[in-house]
Amino acid sequence: MSPEFVIASIVTIIGLTTPILLAGLGELITEKSGVLNLGVEGMMLMGAISGFVITALTFNPWLGVIGAAAGGALSSMLFAVLVLQLNSNQVATGLALSIFGTGLSSLIGVSFTGRIVPQFGSIFPDALAKDPILKLFFGYSPLVYFALAMVPLTAWFLKSTRAGLILRAVGENDHSAHSIGYSVTGVRYAAIAFGGAMAGIGGAYFSMVITPMWAEKMTAGRGWIALALVVFAGWRTGRLLAGAYFFGFLMWLELFAKANGFGNSLPFVQAIPSQFWAAMPYVMTVVALTLISSRGNVGASAPACLGKPFLPST
Amino acid sequence: MRIKLEKRPAPSTFMLIATPIASVLLTMLIGVIVFDAIGIEGERAVIDIFLTPILASYKWQDVAVKAAPLIIIALGLSIGNRAQIWNIGAEGQYVLGALFAAGVGIAAGPTGGPFTLILMILAGIVGGAAWAAIPAFLKTRWDVNEILTSLMLTYVSFQVLGYLVGGPWKDPNGRNFPATAPLPESLTLPILFPGTTVHLGVAIALILPFVFWVLMSKSVFGFQIRVVGSAPHAARHGGFDAKQTIWMALLIGGGMAGLAGALEFTGSLKAINLGFPSGYGFTAIIVAFLGRLNPIGCLIAGFVLAVTYVGGQVAQTTVHIPNSTAGIFQAMMLFFILASDILIRYRVRFIAKKPANSTEAHT
Amino acid sequence: MQTPPRLDLSGITKRFPGVLANDQVSFAVQPGEIHALLGENGAGKSTLVKMIYGIMQPDAGEIAWNGARITIANPKAARKLGIGMVFQHFSLFEAMTVLENIALGMDAKIPARDLEAKIVAVMQQYGLKLEPHRIVSTLSVGERQRIEIVRALLLNPNLLIMDEPTSVLTPQEVEQLFVVLRQLAKEGCSILYISHKLHEIKALCDTATILRGGKLVDTCDPAKETSRSMAEKMIGGSLKDIQRGEGRALGTAKLTVQNLSIPKDGPFGIALKDISFSVKAGEIFGIAGVAGNGQNALLLALSGETPSLKPDAIQIDGSKIAALTAKQRRLAGMASVPEERNGHAAVPDFSLSDNAILTARDRMGMVSGGMVNARSARTYAGEVIAAFSVKATGPGAMADSLSGGNLQKFIMGREIMQKPQVLVVSQPTWGVDAGAAAAIHQALVDLAATGSAIVVISQDLDELLSLCDTLAVINEGNLSKPMPVAGANIEEIGLLMGGVHGDPNAPTHISSEVAHAY
Repeated sequence: MSPEFVIASIVTIIGLTTPILLAGLGELITEKSGVLNLGVEGMMLMGAISGFVITALTFNPWLGVIGAAAGGALSSMLFAVLVLQLNSNQVATGLALSIFGTGLSSLIGVSFTGRIVPQFGSIFPDALAKDPILKLFFGYSPLVYFALAMVPLTAWFLKSTRAGLILRAVGENDHSAHSIGYSVTGVRYAAIAFGGAMAGIGGAYFSMVITPMWAEKMTAGRGWIALALVVFAGWRTGRLLAGAYFFGFLMWLELFAKANGFGNSLPFVQAIPSQFWAAMPYVMTVVALTLISSRGNVGASAPACLGKPFLPST
Repeated sequence: MRIKLEKRPAPSTFMLIATPIASVLLTMLIGVIVFDAIGIEGERAVIDIFLTPILASYKWQDVAVKAAPLIIIALGLSIGNRAQIWNIGAEGQYVLGALFAAGVGIAAGPTGGPFTLILMILAGIVGGAAWAAIPAFLKTRWDVNEILTSLMLTYVSFQVLGYLVGGPWKDPNGRNFPATAPLPESLTLPILFPGTTVHLGVAIALILPFVFWVLMSKSVFGFQIRVVGSAPHAARHGGFDAKQTIWMALLIGGGMAGLAGALEFTGSLKAINLGFPSGYGFTAIIVAFLGRLNPIGCLIAGFVLAVTYVGGQVAQTTVHIPNSTAGIFQAMMLFFILASDILIRYRVRFIAKKPANSTEAHT
Repeated sequence: MQTPPRLDLSGITKRFPGVLANDQVSFAVQPGEIHALLGENGAGKSTLVKMIYGIMQPDAGEIAWNGARITIANPKAARKLGIGMVFQHFSLFEAMTVLENIALGMDAKIPARDLEAKIVAVMQQYGLKLEPHRIVSTLSVGERQRIEIVRALLLNPNLLIMDEPTSVLTPQEVEQLFVVLRQLAKEGCSILYISHKLHEIKALCDTATILRGGKLVDTCDPAKETSRSMAEKMIGGSLKDIQRGEGRALGTAKLTVQNLSIPKDGPFGIALKDISFSVKAGEIFGIAGVAGNGQNALLLALSGETPSLKPDAIQIDGSKIAALTAKQRRLAGMASVPEERNGHAAVPDFSLSDNAILTARDRMGMVSGGMVNARSARTYAGEVIAAFSVKATGPGAMADSLSGGNLQKFIMGREIMQKPQVLVVSQPTWGVDAGAAAAIHQALVDLAATGSAIVVISQDLDELLSLCDTLAVINEGNLSKPMPVAGANIEEIGLLMGGVHGDPNAPTHISSEVAHAY
């Protein structure tokens, strides 16, 4: 393996990891507040189309990202109103959001199909960003650095800030938090909106960075992988990052196999059909969830109120 | 103003039935407004999507054929949802059902008759159930979240299908198109009304809801499913095994999806290609909720959703809206039905905020 | 001029759909006074204090604080005034540390280190002991209550509301709590002490306000009242004693539990360690203990919800049932009533008729060929309703439309009318009004008289002492040696509840738990 190949592979893996990392961090915060939002896939698609449309109209990808965050957050509010105000079932409502986001993004996207939007320039000088080796550090889209910066920020928020403490308290015991005087509903609105915004930015990575074009259902199930990632990480930020890279590696394996990267390797590897590699991230998600669950502490590390409706007694 | 919820002494039957109807009507209304706002003829679009398939008799057969898999899958899913077991991978189980049926058909060769056909359908049930058995096993053995595993397996099923129809099962006379060879006439489901596409599967979809109704409302098994979903600890106290319930719910859900896949394959499509998974497994989730997880409700809701499918295609040609629009309407119906769930158990009161109550204490 | 009362309520009224929870309640709490709020479950005590603490708003009436009329909009406003509250059901966060839990209860933003120093200072002042970095789920119930108390004391309260604080404590812990409360009162803090335990009120309180059915019936000096006179004011009638038949004789051993051990269920569970006891026909066997010492695990092990691998660990009339499932045990004559009514003993959103199917379907012939006979279920539910005078609209009424006491009567009736050989009940009168409690006690005594063996698990020692023939104490999954109730030593039982298994007269034997605690 040549160094160029290794560098190119790492760059690809980091790119593949970014959207699920963003969406995963958002969902982590949402779930820490005790809400299970299965609508990540729909919010990602809404973010992808919002970011794309805003960029196409303003020719400014930065505004596009803000639009993507807003698109994701707005669509998450549909879920929030139903779940928090009308006490609807979280699983079913999340599913509805996924279906809705898929449909609405397709409808909006019809008139934008085939258009190409301007992309982010590099935030570092070309000498660094285009250098064959240094691009390993400086050659990414700003969204990649944003995602990476959000990891320690999220960890710090949860562990060391008062707002983070309250968020965890609401997810741990909503009735207690309410009786002390915290607004369970308010905290959860904020957490759901943050989850939506992060999923939206994650979705925009597909339509603004990976390909500067819009395609229906372009997030291809990554929202669901982001959900699995949160469980896999045991609701911990550090493990979420590690898990994201693990899934990023699996997705790279698929690309590598499709590009016939195994071309000159052992015959039995060659004989493996491409569908095997395409199924790999999903199969490995199931395997990873099983491994984590079989250690028997998933239930203990999950926020105690996750997915449960909250109705104050007043 | 503030919304106050007041618990009803008993669930409201009126709301149980009225809210799904209201959801459909509200969806239509909002559809008109939204489409008008984005510059599409809203009234026309909504009429085409919701009414044309009902008014135009030549569309009836399409509606019936599309309703059949939706109803059958939704029946299975509603059992799981009642028990709070969330199988969202019916699409994958539907694919596996069709693949198992195709496998039996291919193994039997072109000489098979009605016996082979029955075997194919049974294989479809087994295939769907087998695919659902994976989440069931993982859930009961290690408490792995069935929502995620069942969905992940759906993506895997697409790859299995892609591999089989593009490889071992590819039609040798198919100009290298990834699809199975069309079924011989002897292995397709009989047509109920000559000259139409309405096949035996539609009849099965009309009968099964009544079987499920008896099962759910009269049998100990139905009672078990309801208790597990409503109060799992009470179920354990009453002597119902939680793991057995998970197995049964997922196997029935998978089996029904598999049956739908086998019927769709043998009755309607007659060959499997990459486009075989058309989202029935996901739409059936909406059917189950719109039907209030009641078997007879699923029967009616299945037809409503089938109308939007057929109507979506009509509107595609008349007002040139994309195919995905039907999906938005379907999701909107689900949103409304979920939002109105609360009306069954609670009375909603709107209370004007008294200014005296909002003043903070001053020290 | 005289100092105005710390808290003065006048004409407080609160209405819920179908219930008048508080009706024109007026009384005052003086500075430094320990004021009891006494009443049965459902008398309106909790609603009243929730309004004082700002969780709810009164529909009518006025609250005056140090002479000034105020509105308490929310708990934050209450705390700002200097009102602290220790809830009966702790508002704690299991997965978080003591320090984090206390920080959550503070409105001012205090850096963690300063807060820790303050906590240590308060604990020293009142002789309370807690480790700030322990995770709450690892603490005993008494220690958890201490977190709530410290949290309230950090606010330098002028009024401390204690909602049924002793229901989860051992008699020794209760004494130590009283020391803290008396010290607080001496420093000028008023205490509103909610309880229905009359001897505690006589021992601790200066004044008692008694509520019944949402109305204030009396404000009196507990020192001048007898427990009986206060009880009669509380229930609004004369107390009914349990009627026992003449010349009861116990039969042979009916339920035998031998070396029953169950591993703990989950990280917060309690393991049962080598439990042995036997209950004779006609005997009522009580199991006392502080909450969270394995009572739940024991009930589940007896009912069959947690099966054991050792078939002979539980026997009824010599037949081994420990390996049987809950359903099979019921057929073998074992019935049970778990502590939690809603969602465990009964399904809240099912009708009473469906709730009858839940546990009576096999013994009462409601099932044939896999199908439920709805008519026989309805008939049986109707019989239970009639025999136990359950107030309900009929077998079709939803379980959660019944009051706690009526639902408990229905559940007890559902089990008792199946004529079980053995009945195991946990907290049979928890949250139940006095009338229903008396009816339930009588029904248990009557069932025992027919020759059934009965096990009553309860945290209410008074209940066990008045009901049972024999008593044992459960502590951290260990069961003490059974002792006859006649001649039982309260002091000794209290020490057993606190985890002391030796000579009660030798205080050096006090376990690390109690010693560590204070």
